[in-house]
Formats: sequence, C-alpha cells, structure tokens
Amino acid sequence: MIKAILIFNNHGKPRLIRFYQYFAEDMQQQIIRETFHLVSKRDDNVCNFLEGGSLIGGSDYKLIYRHYATLYFVFCVDSSESELGILDLIQVSVIIVNVCFHVQVFVETLDKCFENVCELDLIFHMDKVHYILQEVVMGGMVLETNMNEIVAQVELQNRMEKSEGGLSAAPARAVSAVKNMNLPEIPRNINIGDINIKVPSLSPF
Amino acid sequence: MPAVSKGDGMRGLAVFISDIRNCKSKEAEIKRINKELANIRSKFKGDKALDGYSKKKYVCKLLFIFLLGHDIDFGHMEAVNLLSSNKYTEKQIGYLFISVLVNSNSELIRLINNAIKNDLSSRNPTFMCLALHCIANVGSREMAEAFAGEIPRILVAGDTMDSVKQSAALCLLRLYRTSPDLVLMGEWTSRVVHLLNDQHMGVVTAAISLITCLSQKNPEEFKTCVSLAVSRLSRIVSSASTDLQDYTYYFVPAPWLSCKLLRLLQCYPPPEDGAVKGRLVECLETILNKAQEPPKSKKVQHSNAKNAILFEAIALIIHYDSEPNLLVRACNQLGQFLQHRETNLRYLALESMCTLASSEFSHEAVKTHIETVINALKTERDVSVRQRAADLLYAMCDRSNAKQIVAEMLSYLETADYSIREEMVLKVAILAEKYAVDYSWYVDTILNLIRIAGDYVSEEVWYRVIQIVINRDDVQGYAAKTVFEALQAPACHENMVKVGGYILGEFGNLIAGDPRSSPLVQFNLLHSKFHLCSVPTRALLLSAYIKFINLFPETKPTIQEVLRCDSQIRNSDVELQQRAVEYLKLSSIASTDVLATVLEEMPPFPERESSILAKLKKKKGPGAVSGNELEEGKREGGELNGAGERPGDSSAIGASNASTPSPSADLLGLRSAAPVSAAPPSAGSLLVDVFSEAGPAAPAAGANDDGFLSSAPPSVVSEDPAPPLPESDELLNKFVCKNNGVLFENQLLQIGVKSEYRQNLGRMYLFYGNKTSVQFVNFTTTVSCPGELQSQLNVQLKPVDPLVEGGAQVQQVINIECLTVFSDAPLLNIKFRYGGALQNLTLKLPVAINKFFQPTEMSSHDFFQRWKQLSQPQQEAQKIFKANHAMDTEVLKAKLLGLGTALLEKVDPNPDNFVCAGVIQTKAQQVGCLLRLEPNAQAQPGEQMYRLTLRSSKDTVAKRLCELLAEQF
Repeated sequence: MIKAILIFNNHGKPRLIRFYQYFAEDMQQQIIRETFHLVSKRDDNVCNFLEGGSLIGGSDYKLIYRHYATLYFVFCVDSSESELGILDLIQVSVIIVNVCFHVQVFVETLDKCFENVCELDLIFHMDKVHYILQEVVMGGMVLETNMNEIVAQVELQNRMEKSEGGLSAAPARAVSAVKNMNLPEIPRNINIGDINIKVPSLSPF
Repeated sequence: MPAVSKGDGMRGLAVFISDIRNCKSKEAEIKRINKELANIRSKFKGDKALDGYSKKKYVCKLLFIFLLGHDIDFGHMEAVNLLSSNKYTEKQIGYLFISVLVNSNSELIRLINNAIKNDLSSRNPTFMCLALHCIANVGSREMAEAFAGEIPRILVAGDTMDSVKQSAALCLLRLYRTSPDLVLMGEWTSRVVHLLNDQHMGVVTAAISLITCLSQKNPEEFKTCVSLAVSRLSRIVSSASTDLQDYTYYFVPAPWLSCKLLRLLQCYPPPEDGAVKGRLVECLETILNKAQEPPKSKKVQHSNAKNAILFEAIALIIHYDSEPNLLVRACNQLGQFLQHRETNLRYLALESMCTLASSEFSHEAVKTHIETVINALKTERDVSVRQRAADLLYAMCDRSNAKQIVAEMLSYLETADYSIREEMVLKVAILAEKYAVDYSWYVDTILNLIRIAGDYVSEEVWYRVIQIVINRDDVQGYAAKTVFEALQAPACHENMVKVGGYILGEFGNLIAGDPRSSPLVQFNLLHSKFHLCSVPTRALLLSAYIKFINLFPETKPTIQEVLRCDSQIRNSDVELQQRAVEYLKLSSIASTDVLATVLEEMPPFPERESSILAKLKKKKGPGAVSGNELEEGKREGGELNGAGERPGDSSAIGASNASTPSPSADLLGLRSAAPVSAAPPSAGSLLVDVFSEAGPAAPAAGANDDGFLSSAPPSVVSEDPAPPLPESDELLNKFVCKNNGVLFENQLLQIGVKSEYRQNLGRMYLFYGNKTSVQFVNFTTTVSCPGELQSQLNVQLKPVDPLVEGGAQVQQVINIECLTVFSDAPLLNIKFRYGGALQNLTLKLPVAINKFFQPTEMSSHDFFQRWKQLSQPQQEAQKIFKANHAMDTEVLKAKLLGLGTALLEKVDPNPDNFVCAGVIQTKAQQVGCLLRLEPNAQAQPGEQMYRLTLRSSKDTVAKRLCELLAEQF
C-alpha cells in the first residue's frame, strides 16, 4: 500500500502532499520534513530506495523516490509493493502531468521530453495535479497504469469543466441570486402541545 | 490533445499564489496568509451566500494554505456544501478538500455520507467515481457502515462502467481494511474472484489488490483465484509485446499487473493441480529466460519494467522453496545483478538474495557470491546498498565462512555509517557467538567490537560475553589475560572497563601468577580508570575490589585504603557511598571463611535465549529475523553455554517471580541464579550475624547485601517497592463483600486478613505465614496511600517482628480511619529476604469505601421518595452486565448484606429485584446511598444479565460503588 505521496522542491517546500493513512496535521508536516531530510542529502546516482523514516512506520516501509530538476517525488510504501513498479509509476505520473499541461501530440514525443517536470505547473495547478494523481492512485492503491486511459479520463474532466464555464455558468449565477433573496426563517421545531415534531434540517442555501 | 489551459483556472487563486511567491520573508508570507484567511473567513461568515464559483475558489485557497503547513480549522462546511452542487468542478473540489482535510472521526461524516449516497445513486459514472474516491480516501467506520453493503453490488453488477468497477474494487478494499467485520463477502466471493478474468485490464489491476488482501485473510474461500491468476499470468507472459496495446509499457506487456499476479500467488502454497503447476513453472521459466534476452530498448524504463516482474517471480520461487532448479537459476540471475551498473538492481539483488540464503537448496549457491558481497560492503557509495550487503553477509554466514565474514564486518565497522553501527554490532556479536568453535576467538571478537565501536555496544552485548565467560571454564584464563591487555590502552571505552572489572574480579587469580599481571598491578590498572567512569561502572568496580580482597588477601590494605578515602566513603552518590561503607566493614569484620563464602565465584548462568538476538529482532521488527533463525540461535546458544539445568535453578526462578522485575536482572540472570548458590540460606544468616555485630549500619547493610554478593551492576539492586501485582485488583475484589479470608498466597508466603469496621473506623489483622522451612529475615511491611488517598484515609501500621521463622505465622494490626470518601485502595508493600534473595511484593489493602457503610432500614415510601430526590444525572451510576455466577437468591442476599447496606424487603414492586440502603460514615461527612439490583433470572443460563443502579448524594460514590459491585455477581 502507498501510505503517502510527497512532492517537494529542492528546498523542502511541499508542492503536493497526499496521505492515504490518517496522520494529524503537525505529524504530516514532521513527516515531510523528515523525508526531505532523508532524501535531500543523497547523491543523484545512488539508488532510489531507502528505508522509511521513523515517523511513518519504521522498517517495513520504504521511501521510493525520483529527483527531477527541482522536485522530489517521494512515495512512501509498505513491503507489499514492487520497488521497481513504483519507480515506474512515478515516471508514469510525471509523464501524464506533462502531457496534460503541455503537449498536443502525445505518443511520438514520449521518449523525448518527459525527463523533467515543471515546478510551476504544480504550484499553480495543485488541484489539477491532485485530480491527475487520483486517476492513478486511490486510497493508497494503484487504480490504473495505462497512460492513455488516464489521459482520457483527465481529458473528460477538462471537457466537463469547459462546458460548465463560460455561458453555461450564467444560469447558475441566476439561481444563486434567487437563493440569496431573504426568505423568512423556517421554524425548525413546531410545538403542538406535547408532541415534538422534528423538521428535517434543511441544508442552508 | 487539449492541454489543461491555464486561462481556465481561478484568477483570484493565481493572484494569491503569486503574492505568496513574491513574499521576501517568512514573516511577510505569514502576514499575507493571515490576511487571506481573515478574508475567507469573513466571506464564509458573511450574510451574502456565496455562489459555487467563489466557494470553489476559497476552498482551493485553503488547500493551498494547508499545503504550506498551516492548520485549517474552517471551511469544512463549505466544502461539504459543494458536494451537493450539480456542477462537476465544484463537486470535485469539495471532494478533494474532504479527502485531504477531513479525518475519519469528523462530525461531518453524516453530511458527507448523504452527499455520497446521492452521487452513488446518480448513475452518472463520473459522480460515482468521485464518491467512491472519497470513501476510499477517508475510509471511516461510519462510511463502512453506510456503504459496505452497497459497494460489492456496484462492483459485480453487469451494467457498471469499467472505470466505476475499478474504483469500487479499491473502495471496497479500503473499507475491508478499516472495518473487516462490516464487509461481508460471502455471496460475492466467486464473482469477485472472477474479476481476474475481466476483459478490461484496468478492472483486473484494481480487483487484484482487493483479491490479494481478501486472500491473505481468508485463504480457503479465495483459493480458486490461484488457477485464474496462473492462467491470466500465462496469457500475459506469453503474449507478444504488442498484444496488450496500451498496457504494454516500453515493450513489456502489463508489467504492473504481472507483478500483482505474482504477489497474489505468494499468498498460497504451490498449486496442487499438476496442470496449473506446470503452467506456472513454465511462466516462471519464461520470465527467467526473458531476462537473458537482449533488451528491446535501451531505456531504463524498459529494464525497470522487465526486472520488476523478474524480482517478483524470484520472490515467488523463494516463497515456494520447492524447485531446486528454479532456485539455483534465480540465484544465478541475482548474482548477475550484483555486478550490474544500475544501483537499484544491485540493491534489490542483495535484498532478494537475503531471503534466498535461508533456503537449503540455494544456501550454497548464495555463498559463492561472498566475495562480491564483501566488495559491495567495502565499495558501494550508497549507504542503503551497503546496509543490504551487511544484511546479506549476516544471512549467508555459517560455520564455514563465519571467521571471514565477522572479520570483514569488524573492519567495515571502523568506517561504517553511524546510522547502522548499532545494528552491525549486534550482528557481529550474534555471529561470533553462534559460530564460535573456539571461545578465545569469540572473546577476541567481542573485545574488538568494544574497542572499535564501544559507544554502540549495548548492555546486552557485554552482559552476554560475561555470561559466556562465566559458563565456560576453558576460556576464563584467556579472557582475563585479554581484557588485562586491552585495559593497558591509554584510552579505553567504558564498556571495556566494565567487562574488565567483572572478569578480573572473578578470574583475576588465573593470571596473577605472572609478575606482569600481579594482583596489585591488576588492581592499579583497574583503579586508574576508576575516576573517568560513570557511577554505575564505578559501583561495579567497587564490587570487583571487594572480590579482589577475597582473591588476593595481600591487596587488602591497599583496597581498604581506597575504600576509606573521602571520595568513596563520603561520596555524594548514595549507592557508591553505601558500597564503600559496606565493603570496608565487610572486609575488616568478616573472617576469611565468611568472605570466601560471600564472595564466591559466580555460578554459571542458566541457559537462555540470547538477549542480543531478541534485541536485534525487536530492532528490525517482526519478520526481519526469521523464526527459523531464532530457533537455530537458541539451539546453538544452548550448545555454546554448555551449562545444563542446575540444581536449585527452578526454585530460584520461582522465588524471583515475586521480586522486582528488572530488565538488567533478566539479562544477566543475576537475581535468578546468583543468590541461591552464592549465598545459600546458611550463608545468608551468617551474613546477618556479621552485621548485627556491626552496630548502627546493620539494618541498611543487611537490606542491601545482594549488591556485592553477585557483584552485579548497581542498576540491578532495587529497593523501591515493587509495583502492585497484576492480580492485586482481582484479589481486592474478593474482599468487597467479605471481611475475612486469604488475601494472597505464593510458594513462600500466605497472607490472611480479618477486619472489623465501626462508624468511620476500622481495624484489620494481617497474618503472614511462612510456608517454607527457612526463616524470613528483614521482614518489613509498609502501607502507602498514593496521591490524594493520603488526605482521604489515615492508615496506621503496628510494627511487625522482622524475623519470621520457617512454618511460623506473625500477626500485624492496622488501624484505619476514613477521613472522607475515597476510591483507590492503599498499597501494602512487603519485603523480606528468603535465602539471601530479596522478595519484594506489593498488594492492595482490601479497604474499599463500602466498608464504612451503616445499614439504614426504611419503608417503601421513604425509599422511593429519596430515590426521586437523588435524580440528578451525576448522582446515579448504572451498569448492565452479564452474570458471572448462578443467580441464587440466597447468595445474592448474603453478598448484599456483606456489602454493609441494609437489604430492604418488600420495597420494590418486583419481588425479583433487590434494593438496599445505607449511609457511608466518614469523618468529614455522611453519604447516603441507595441501591437497586435487577436480575433477569428468566433468561437462559449464560445470557443472564443484571442491571445495577446506585444513587448517592455524592456523585463519585455512586460511580465507585457501581464499579466495585459489578465484579461481584
């Protein structure tokens, strides 16, 4: 199982964090710091695996990471995952991020321009990167490894987003304007003698 | 294809992010963030309801702020509102926020569940996937309760879209992991297993994770997956690289799925069906063959994908451990990788070989790579890889190569990374012990270990070398000579001083014949280190000195001089001072015979599992040291210690159960073995005689004598009262409804109790019976009232005779005054020496608040009137519990009377119920209590329950009485 995906830059600034096991917020930050400390002092040509930090689960856990120009992609995994498999998965994720942000024609250029990833993409489109990762990993398990399939899903999302923007947004605005009008308070509890009738609580507009 | 265009995003968000990036300092950044948080907060709180777009934008900003490491404590409700939006992008960000920021015990889960329910039934596959993602990411129990029934249906339904099926499979897996009791697979099992045959590879990829997890937990029910997995694997492995189209990754067909299939097969033994097995072996051979083919691409991705499968195949071969041919091929393949230029492959090869080394078929084949592995240990640039190499050397070590491997590991230790030194030290120590043929080599190795990495040598390691030296006559002289030489070094590690002090104290006489190591030279050498050492080491050295006086009478004046000097006899550390005083006195008063008995050589230690192995196991976590290895270690350890069961050991161990458990005592076994033969009962009493002549110092000295008898490290000596026995609460419960009986009993001692109470006063008689034929000396008892009990209870103890003859009984009177209500019981600590061994046990004195009850008779009318008066919630305590004993009315009545209350007849309208009333008398106040016990006697035996209700004018009393009584019926 993948416990967490951490992406941070060469200075340890987190660019995307995703935990698949619950850790309190301050623990999450500690884990990020510890992980950065562990991977950042390693040379680039050493191996891509190391024993997990003390915080996330001890010796059964490994950190599997790749270092791109300014970013570290770190997957914290337990022993049920194949190390090389995860390493490929990181590469696949990066390719997909690149494809989704930059590339018009996909297959031919695959080998050439995906050795890197642009930090700005992650900074300004953190939500999009989350959505892309969600197509690859779900609840700590790998959902799909087929790049074309993943890209198709992301493309579908984009189309839906497009169709909701622009003109189609107008009716929604109208609706919200109507909802904003002051409606009289709806009484929540109506007392009839001794009998209490609970009105189901309506979601606030 | 259309890329994510940057113009579509949220402008406000981009501006905010740019602002943050332009901040020159951390302070400026925090200021900007706080401003933004205030803005968002006011927007969320404002009267004007926000439109979906704004909510989406603010929620996204919050996510960004969270990423920067700031706690987000609001916005959850807005995110939940977004879930019910009918716009995809709003729903999406709502779900993202919840997945990242809502933990599984949030109060919002019910609202979230509602939204999920709507999306799951929407039949819109995109919405369904979002909802399933959310469940899989949060995975709370409430979610399992709500959806565990629904999701299997979605997973196996014929009309579910593939993408939804994938999500449903992983969602179910998550719920199964968090709440296995709620996910009932029964009827779905076979349909889930058949997902392995699904047309869509993505569905198989997701489903196989689910099936693997389920198979691990219920191997029998899922075992049909084996043949399906084999045939699926076989189809992938034999396919041409283009057959699987999109699932081919750099010319390798479906590498991820192949790995997962091989993992699934590792949950099971080799297939029994010959055809299936044949097909699988064929697959494994094909995978091994492919590794030898020239690569189809030079890209590292190609070799990664190919090798990922290869390593899983090898793992499966090792797991089966039944095909010698495949095992040897696997080993050869890994051997090739050991020299590969890719560091990752070297790392993985070392790791896999480690497991291969434990197979009898391939152990020899692994051993042929020893030179490569040693080379890796010396030359690898990466510490992770060196660590794996060290692990492998440890795993491949046996009698034939132990000397070489231990030597290599020792020399590596000199330059090893700090992070792995302690583990390396443990491994060297274990190997040296396990494969020692001659013990001088073992002693040399451990002393080298202390010399090279003294800081990393844990106590277990040096305890162990002492245990072994003491148990082996043939190595004692050599050990004494070697430590003597090692101590000559101008700077030597404190651990060396400890080992040196101990060994010379025991066996210094064996080398005293040589004028270069005469007794005085030995003493001066040890004493030259004394002042640089910590208190525990100095205490150990003092014990060594007193042993010297016994071994070499000629050193007596010198050593007495040392003990007498102010820095010893007036040392500010009480342990050192006490030792100095006692040893000085002992050396000047006791006759040589007494000294010789008291300071006799340590008896051999009982045979035990190496504590070092246990430590390594703990360090590496379960599974790291295989059970096999542990057993082997035990066996070899036994061989090595050579000491059989010693007479008297069993009784000693029995006695030690009652004494303070101390970690170091366990390691050295000092408490269990030493006192018995070092100080047999007669010697123990002799010793006391010596001290009773010695004047005022006697009691303290007598109470602390085992410190030097066994010349133990001082940490072993604990005179603190032991923690209460684990069973003391249970013992206490026996006395809630009665005042007399046996409080405690073990092989040595029986304690009886008789007690009587009037108003707020009580008197208790304790009877201590010596069950042995040997006298107990220094018999002392103390009562303590921990914490607030001190101000609630006044307990006075009459003194008791410090000598309890064998077979005799002594009586002690305790007066108790209840000042105010209390809930804990006072602690009774008993200490005495039996045959020289300190016995230290703590019990709870059977005093509970109900002892101070005055029964109160009242009419039905009065009872219910008061009952109603005590109607505030905190005045009542109630418990419903299963009957532990048969519901016998007479027994129940006796117990309730024993409680001290009045049993009121004909008060409760239901004749089966019991009601009681009483007033608790304390010095400060009187507390009225009413009790009602309702049995459901009609129920089947085994299902009989009680409902117990207590009401009292003081809230803590009702609660405490309820706890006490619930254990009684």
